[in-house]
Amino acid sequence: MISLAGRDIAHSRGKFFSTGVGLGLLIAVTLSMAGIYRGMVDDAMVLLDNSGADLWAVQKDTLGPYAEPSSVRDDLYRGLLSVPGVARAANATYLTMQVRVGGRDVRSMVVGIEPGASMAPGQPRYLVAGRHITRGHYEAVADAASGFALGDKLRIRRDEYKVVGLTRRMVSSNGDPMVFIPLKDAQRAQFRKDSDALWQERRRAGADPERTAAGQVRSAENFKAEQAANPYVNAVLVQLRPGADPDQVANHIRRWHRLQVFTRAEMEKILVGKMIATSARQIAMFLVILAVVSAAIVAFIIYTLTTGKIREIAVLKLIGTRNRTIVGMILQQAVALGLIGFFVGKIVATLWAPVFPKYVLLLHGDAVRGLIATILICLLASVISIRLALRVDPAEAIGG
Amino acid sequence: MNGIEIEEISKRYGEGPTAVEALTSVSLRVAKGEVVGLVGPSGSGKTTLLKCLGAVIEPTRGRMAIGGETIYENAWKIGDLRALRRDRIGFVFQAPYLIPFLDVTDNVALIPMLAGVGNAEARRRAIEVLEVLDVAHRRNASPSRLSGGEQQRVSIARALVARPPVILADEPTAPLDSARALTVIKILNDMAKQFDTAVIVVTHDEKIIPTFRRIYHIRDGRAHEEVRDEASV
Repeated sequence: MISLAGRDIAHSRGKFFSTGVGLGLLIAVTLSMAGIYRGMVDDAMVLLDNSGADLWAVQKDTLGPYAEPSSVRDDLYRGLLSVPGVARAANATYLTMQVRVGGRDVRSMVVGIEPGASMAPGQPRYLVAGRHITRGHYEAVADAASGFALGDKLRIRRDEYKVVGLTRRMVSSNGDPMVFIPLKDAQRAQFRKDSDALWQERRRAGADPERTAAGQVRSAENFKAEQAANPYVNAVLVQLRPGADPDQVANHIRRWHRLQVFTRAEMEKILVGKMIATSARQIAMFLVILAVVSAAIVAFIIYTLTTGKIREIAVLKLIGTRNRTIVGMILQQAVALGLIGFFVGKIVATLWAPVFPKYVLLLHGDAVRGLIATILICLLASVISIRLALRVDPAEAIGG
Repeated sequence: MNGIEIEEISKRYGEGPTAVEALTSVSLRVAKGEVVGLVGPSGSGKTTLLKCLGAVIEPTRGRMAIGGETIYENAWKIGDLRALRRDRIGFVFQAPYLIPFLDVTDNVALIPMLAGVGNAEARRRAIEVLEVLDVAHRRNASPSRLSGGEQQRVSIARALVARPPVILADEPTAPLDSARALTVIKILNDMAKQFDTAVIVVTHDEKIIPTFRRIYHIRDGRAHEEVRDEASV
């Protein structure tokens, strides 16, 4: 038996394929939306992976350093180094801001790290060009996604930094490229006041230079030192010795150092379950809407194709064609349309994924799930057309 | 004989006071090799009779036999009406109604294919009939590329390919001019003899009525036979 669906598709291939391409663009959007979500999760995982940390020690009762502001003294890391199971500990600051270079600025996550400690947690990994930060001030390592080049002069607050190294896949959970600068510079940049604020502070302090806002007595030297330094960081990143139990070490730090400590698993929950949860729900809504729209379009197309063949279906029934042959024809056309749409969608999504400003991760598993969903949607969408075809009376072919 | 035979066929639509008696005790018989006309004005019941003969609608009562076998006697005697229509009744419609996405050969070969005949054998049978009807040279053409006359020949070939005992032609000349209409009737007469099949032509086309030797006039659901000495075809 010949394939009626195949012959019909071949007969109206222009219309069929152009419809398939249209559906494919819709499927490409759907796959891209899924890819954007996967990219966000991957960015979050990469952020944790690339930090090189096993534990994140942050201010008590906060979800820092990525999800909430956190502030801890920059000398705390010394105490953590003495905790059993801790191999390394390093201060880190995180600040998302506009970094200017030349006439443009780039949304970046500025990370403060200890210079010259390339093995410490929080340091940039995967250098693709240049070197690590070795000097205490005004050097930067930037992620290639920022578009910065070696030798570029970046402006962060009022200071200029020279790009000495480039990394890859060092991004925040929002997908912003990271720019690493020396810790001291980052601490200063984080709390740096503008000239007016400094003047106001000095004016207030000038009224009673020996007392703080809380009324405590202080010396003039102390006041100057307060103005010049910021002894806080956002987090202390901890690397454990091989075989050390992260939960045990975390509990120890929580108990004796009165800090909030997150393990890798807990940090994953914060990043994926809290930080990108709303975006994920938003994307899920889009996916549902796109699935419904796709189903409606396929249903409409198949219905239109079927209504255009009512007379032929009546003739086919009259000359003895079984209902299952006609149902098979409609289903095959729906599936063929879905397959054309899916493969067009997959190709288009793959081609345009690198153009997106944020990382789009197209997983094979998602593609397979997308294919199954597309086929199911097409099959469901053809139900109306099948009902219509089954209702066609062979007598319609007789009597004009 | 053994073409088609019906006795006292009636068809009523609806029930109670609103019921309509579309056919009342209609009897006719057409022998193999014979072409008869079924004529009558619109609403006379000829299309209803054709649908009953084609096993598309069920009569209310009576008896019908095709090829000597009773298929209806106050109820269908055959379970698979699709197979009955496919194997034992050929249909020629007012318009050719060829399947637009199949070429000429497959339009004709579709019927044996539906009956389970292999594609190659079905196409061989189709081409054989197309040759008889002088359209085999268009075997690979799409229906849309055929002339009106060629399309009608292909539709006759489709009706003949299963070698059915009866062919039902529903206004087959309605859209044609006189010359083409007479050509179609001549083809049907020739095929009836060559394929040994009974042909019933439903028509109200005045120009072809003189071509029938036997005519059944349908009026108000009743049939009256008219036999002529000479047919002009």
